[in-house]
Amino acid sequence: MFRYTVKRLIQGVITVWFIATATFIAMHSVPGDPLSGERLANEEIRANLEARYGLDRPLFEQYLIYMGNMARGDFGISFTQQNRRVNDIIREHFPVSATLGILAVVFAALGGILWGALTALFRNRLPDIVIMFLVILGISVPSFVVAALSQLGLTSLNALLGVSILPVAGWGTLLHMVVPSMVLGLGTMAFLTRLMRSSMLEIVNADFVRTARSKGLPPTRIFLKHQLRNAILPVITVLGPAIAAITTGGFVVELVFAIPGLGRYFVQAVQQLDYTVIMGTTVFYGAFLVFMVILVDLVYGLIDPRVRLE
Amino acid sequence: MSTAAFKFGPGDFEQVATERRTQTLSRPSVSYWQDAWRRLKDNRRALISLWIVIALALFTLAGPLLWRVDPAAQDLDQVSQPPGLPQVAVIVEPYVPWAGIMATPVPGTAETLAAATPEGLRLVEPATTQAVRLAWDPVPGASGYRLYRNIFDPEPDGAVGLPVAEILDPGQVSFEDRLDLEPARYWYSVFARDEFGAEAGDYATVTVDATRVVSAAEAETLGWIGAAAAVALGDEIVLPYHPLGTDYLGRDMLSRLMYGARVSLFIGVVAPLLFVVVGIVYGSAAGFIGGRVDQLLMRFADFVVALPFLLFMILFKIAFGIGPGESGIFPMLVALVLLAWPATARLVRGQVLQIREEGYIGASQLLGAKTTYLVLRHMIPNTMGVILVTLTFAVPTVIFTEAFLSFIGMGVAPPTPSWGSMSNEGLRTMLTHPHELIFPAIFISVTVLAFNLLGDGLRDALDVRMRGRE
Repeated sequence: MFRYTVKRLIQGVITVWFIATATFIAMHSVPGDPLSGERLANEEIRANLEARYGLDRPLFEQYLIYMGNMARGDFGISFTQQNRRVNDIIREHFPVSATLGILAVVFAALGGILWGALTALFRNRLPDIVIMFLVILGISVPSFVVAALSQLGLTSLNALLGVSILPVAGWGTLLHMVVPSMVLGLGTMAFLTRLMRSSMLEIVNADFVRTARSKGLPPTRIFLKHQLRNAILPVITVLGPAIAAITTGGFVVELVFAIPGLGRYFVQAVQQLDYTVIMGTTVFYGAFLVFMVILVDLVYGLIDPRVRLE
Repeated sequence: MSTAAFKFGPGDFEQVATERRTQTLSRPSVSYWQDAWRRLKDNRRALISLWIVIALALFTLAGPLLWRVDPAAQDLDQVSQPPGLPQVAVIVEPYVPWAGIMATPVPGTAETLAAATPEGLRLVEPATTQAVRLAWDPVPGASGYRLYRNIFDPEPDGAVGLPVAEILDPGQVSFEDRLDLEPARYWYSVFARDEFGAEAGDYATVTVDATRVVSAAEAETLGWIGAAAAVALGDEIVLPYHPLGTDYLGRDMLSRLMYGARVSLFIGVVAPLLFVVVGIVYGSAAGFIGGRVDQLLMRFADFVVALPFLLFMILFKIAFGIGPGESGIFPMLVALVLLAWPATARLVRGQVLQIREEGYIGASQLLGAKTTYLVLRHMIPNTMGVILVTLTFAVPTVIFTEAFLSFIGMGVAPPTPSWGSMSNEGLRTMLTHPHELIFPAIFISVTVLAFNLLGDGLRDALDVRMRGRE
């Protein structure tokens, strides 16, 4: 277990290095740069700024400096807001994205497990058909459409009732988080429901379930202790990639609901060609996702004793 | 007993028939693909999806031939037109300035003014998009009037809309509105002003339905009719028809959806084809060579898989850049291929490793088959089913990605329509003109749904091991 953990962590670090290098190469092959803006007509100012950001040095030296700083956890200074450090931007905006993401994952996982188990228990009966239809819909409708339509619906609902039951956009209170996190988690929930259904179907009539039934255990106990616990395992395996999908899918939801998260900031930085912010957020997101997947794999080993981590 | 004593004659031997079937196939032999097609035909959902995909292809390819409307042409007289029947306009005289109506101001006190409501607010002549002419009775003691216009009923909240006029002359009891009139319903409200310029008393409201009119000369300039002389006053002419309405720049939605489908479906079909081919070459190379090369190749694939997909799509998109006048489809294709190949490569490698151990490969090798023959005759045909399923599932993913990128403004460059960018534009006018969001959204959803269901059906039909699983 210990050896496995160390091995996975080393692999993770190499992956993050790969991500950082790919980001560096991609960013430095962009035509134009953030300093070739309109107000920097003066050559001297330009030279000074290039020196400040280290853009006047050879590319390989820039790469070494960049990797060195990154190893120390320093992502540099933003190009467009020159009094802000990228670390501060991440520290300020990431908690918002993370809160939204965690809520969405919780919503998706709970919903997926519940609906999946239900559909398997009611196989080929009305609840199964209705839920599976909704699931296919949830997989097929893009998140921005769901986001926009739910906003539209919420606006009409608020207008109809005359009072604002839930805020339509913005961030701050728990009420602001309800709709965006549900929209964000919907696609993943649909996916998890499908997975949970198939894994539950394999277990519904497994031998140990039949044994439990013949022992005369109450159905709720069989459902909770024997079926659900075993069926849940594949869902946990895909939770790592699901977290990744939700975090990056957050861009659109943040954009539509005007949430001051890191995703919205990233899109803005990309539009303004803000090198340091783009590289910083990409590497940060990449590292976060890589270690999330490792964490989920390790947790999986703890939950399911049958899985030998080698 | 000696053998010589016993002689075999020809009668002792009965020749066995040279061809005697011990086993016969009672049904005609069915190949893998025939079997797959039969299974697919039995799957109603998959078959309907297949028809939807064919219909979409026709919509994209044959649609623009039937509906010859330029998707970039702006019909500024019909901006954000909801879907419906063709709009008509009535031919009228060219606009003639209006002197207005003057009345003698009626004296009054501050108290009567504070309690007054303008009386007799009325239309002087039928309201048209050329001009709305209003008049009312003088309010005792008023030193002027203020007019508001709204596109909603001001009741019950007193929301009178935007101020359109400030009349300082107490004798002028009329107003002519010519500002940006559309063939719609307007609510005009009039307040009397006191000597300090404040609104006094209550307002009066009149509801006005403006009809679309045009003078013959204007209609000719706009290209709605051939020659001004061909129409008479009072004739109704039909405006350029937009069955699904227009967007915020007056561009025809139907035509834009057709051309947008071209972008979305092109990327959705070509990108998976490209990266599946890359994946096949890479994966079969790794699986066939094996050993350290395989290890190295697959480790690299693992790294590429670990890259956050959407972040790097955006990053590559800007790294390749979009020149002026380019649509940005090509950079998106390249970025997709660069990022999406490893999944297929892994799959194909696994398949190759598995098939390599099969008995028929050994038999074929025993008969002297060369590697190229093995790959072309056995490996590729046997992985084809799995590859086809991957391909079908890749299509909706790519369409999603394209729509997502275009939605956040990182996809196809503006003049080129794509369903994603159309949704993005529609989002801005969602509250007032929902059709601009809903149509592209429906097209994306139906396409993705069709390809997903078709993929499910193909998987059930082609992939024996996955059969019956969800």
